[in-house]
Amino acid sequence: MKLRLMVNGESRETEVREGESLLYVLRERLGLFGSKNACEQGECGSCSVYLDGELVCACLVLAGQAEGSEVVTVEGLSEGERLHPVQEAFLEAGAVQCGFCTPGLIVAAHDLLSRNSEPTEAEVREALAGNLCRCTGYEKILTAVQMAAETTP
Amino acid sequence: MSTTTRTTGGAIGASLDRIDGPRKVTGTAPYAYEHRVDNPLYLFPLRSEIVRGQVTGIDASAAEALPGVVVVVTHENAPQLADTGDRELAILQSGEVAFRNQYVGAVLAETFEAARHAAGLVEVSYAEEPHEAELREDGDLYTPEQLNAGFPTDTEEGDVEEAFSSAAVTLDGRYTTPMEHNNPMEPHTTVAVWKAGDLTLYESTQGAHPVQRTVAKIFGIDRNRARVVAPYVGGGFGSKGLPHANTILAALAAQMVEGRPVKFAVTRQQMFTGVGYRTPTIQKIRLGADSEGRLTAVTHDVIEQTSKIKEFAEQTAAVTRSMYATDNRRTTHRLAALDVPVPSWMRAPGEAPGMFALESAMDEMAEKCGLDPIEFRIRNEPEIDAETGLPYSSRNLVACLREGAERFGWRDRTPAPRSHQEGRWLVGNGVASATYPVFRLPGSRATIRYEGDDKYAVEFGAADVGTGAWTALTQISADAIGVGVDNIELRIGDTAFPFASVAGGSSGITAWGSAIFEAARVFRERHGDNPSEGDEVQARTPNNPETENYAMHAFGAFFVEARVDVDTCEVRVPRMTGVFAAGKIINAKTARSQFMGGMTMGLSMALHEESLVDGRFGHVINQDFAEYHIPTNADIGEMDISWIDEDDPYVNPMGSKGIGEIGIVGSAAAVANAVYNATGIRVRDLPITPDKLIQ
Repeated sequence: MKLRLMVNGESRETEVREGESLLYVLRERLGLFGSKNACEQGECGSCSVYLDGELVCACLVLAGQAEGSEVVTVEGLSEGERLHPVQEAFLEAGAVQCGFCTPGLIVAAHDLLSRNSEPTEAEVREALAGNLCRCTGYEKILTAVQMAAETTP
Repeated sequence: MSTTTRTTGGAIGASLDRIDGPRKVTGTAPYAYEHRVDNPLYLFPLRSEIVRGQVTGIDASAAEALPGVVVVVTHENAPQLADTGDRELAILQSGEVAFRNQYVGAVLAETFEAARHAAGLVEVSYAEEPHEAELREDGDLYTPEQLNAGFPTDTEEGDVEEAFSSAAVTLDGRYTTPMEHNNPMEPHTTVAVWKAGDLTLYESTQGAHPVQRTVAKIFGIDRNRARVVAPYVGGGFGSKGLPHANTILAALAAQMVEGRPVKFAVTRQQMFTGVGYRTPTIQKIRLGADSEGRLTAVTHDVIEQTSKIKEFAEQTAAVTRSMYATDNRRTTHRLAALDVPVPSWMRAPGEAPGMFALESAMDEMAEKCGLDPIEFRIRNEPEIDAETGLPYSSRNLVACLREGAERFGWRDRTPAPRSHQEGRWLVGNGVASATYPVFRLPGSRATIRYEGDDKYAVEFGAADVGTGAWTALTQISADAIGVGVDNIELRIGDTAFPFASVAGGSSGITAWGSAIFEAARVFRERHGDNPSEGDEVQARTPNNPETENYAMHAFGAFFVEARVDVDTCEVRVPRMTGVFAAGKIINAKTARSQFMGGMTMGLSMALHEESLVDGRFGHVINQDFAEYHIPTNADIGEMDISWIDEDDPYVNPMGSKGIGEIGIVGSAAAVANAVYNATGIRVRDLPITPDKLIQ
């Protein structure tokens, strides 16, 4: 079937097969590899994207459910070469290692800061509770979100 | 001609931001699955539904009839491999099944969902044979000829039994560590394409060249006809250190569809079979000491598992051969060969499980001797490395213990177990030592080329699995060549560049950095300070003659505060201190992350990780992140990480020791020791789950 949706501000149209997830469509049909597939069942948050403004795990959204929707992925957060403050903060804090959980964490942190510009540590931890990282031990990720909160306009 | 001013160092030691960072935070760094390829096919594997036996029939008709399915590959139609000596990798060459979930075939289809759907429609019948898939102390055991990395299986010095009989204090402890799975966030992934006899693999690996050599041998092609590309890798922790059957399956299937790329990313559930795991261990430690608390006898006897199809002999007790001083010592390793997948490397294989046992036993023994556990360790500090008889190039364990005690506030600890309660929480503190050898793998070669405009290219095939190699190697190159980091163009992660050894054993910086320094020396010798564009040299990691004169190890110490709920027995770790003596630190920012990540995995080993095998069916039952627990951010409290300035001129030109693994060595014991101090309950079987604390 045909799927039409807006991705990062662009209108996109693609064939999909039944059973395909939004994550599969983003990666394999639209070539947007920023959202990662690390568990495929909503446990790790690596595929976090915005679906009509809501933070979702793209692996848990059937492609058909996204028909006519607006999707924003990690690729849609920076403006050209200019990184979003959340992305800057992850770099500067040293919150990135292998980088595979990073896009999901950045989208989740972006979502938190868009709702709450001065989150407490507990609120940051809660907002990122659905994102697993195997490399870092999280500490610098929490630091990065606080740094971003200070610089996000 | 270059007119760049030569610098005299300064890049090494700088807290540089990650060079690979911008691509990672924007989601544009291409991991293995994400290289742009034309017209790919998707692979979904067929996995055995018995533990041991033979495939007797395959009916793929329903699968083949599904739209989008291109071919169902099984042992009946798979191409023959040129080398079948490695039975882990020699897949689809017969109908033999050696463990549950072993690959017995694969579906190739135009989309992933079509492949997955079709795989479920293939009917495979089997002749089943009896199996044994669980490690048992009373099962059949054998003595391997040697352990991994060439360590001897058993060692004995002095007269252990005599020493025990005359010891003032003795301890006899049995410790177990469970099967664990590495679970890097990026699943094991291969994109394989054959064109006119040339094989290209976009691979998630810790070593592009080791994979190239393995596949060339297995498929019987010249090495230079196999190219492996791995610029960005989403973690490995050892499981991507050696190629596994998933890589061979993708390449084998791709042979049947010449010209079309085959994409195969193992699913998270499939990550629990066939891509390696930490072998479970049963360890017995006996310690004897004199009335002053000096060890007079140490034995460490290990039972662990391997697979019937390939030996993996983890060097679990090797660390005990040198950690503390004693005149009488014995270490042994016995293996149970089971109908299971082949164990493999997982962060600090050997040291991590071995030091859990040894450092738990040291804590128990300190109490029996009436000594503070730090003082007990200091009393047993060796003067030389007992394993080699050589002095240490540097050994600053005592400094780490003292510095850590100060930072952590060890003097405030109440030594008596279960003597400190705050509300619902029983509070305790624990300490343990850390160590890791400086491995130096041979054979890496670095190319340095002057490319004009003050730019020097530095090239070799090394993989950055998230460690920070992109950044650290750029810093090393800058100092070796004598220019700024902005003058370096590093190119790694591809067998198109010269050979690089595996990113394993915390050896990468030592091996690759030494090659860079050697290449830079030769480059200046040949081309001077003002080279012409295109001037180039290649040099190999030189032998380090000092390895004949010195034993080389990194050391460290962990301090943990554990809080145990008095009723539910939930364990929390609100703070952890790690102090390391690991030579020169190349990049403070990335190094800190490496130490911290190791400690976090040690905390995880202590409290969470355990792959549970159902012996009847031979598979891991908790095969996803819902049931195989790794820490979330809520599990991590305050982490205090530091290192002492250590000047070791013998290890390599950088003065650095490996740091990727030491953080997990001993940290699980520090948690267990803290839990004991909090509760009075000694948990000798990891992980420390609440059921083991309920009395």
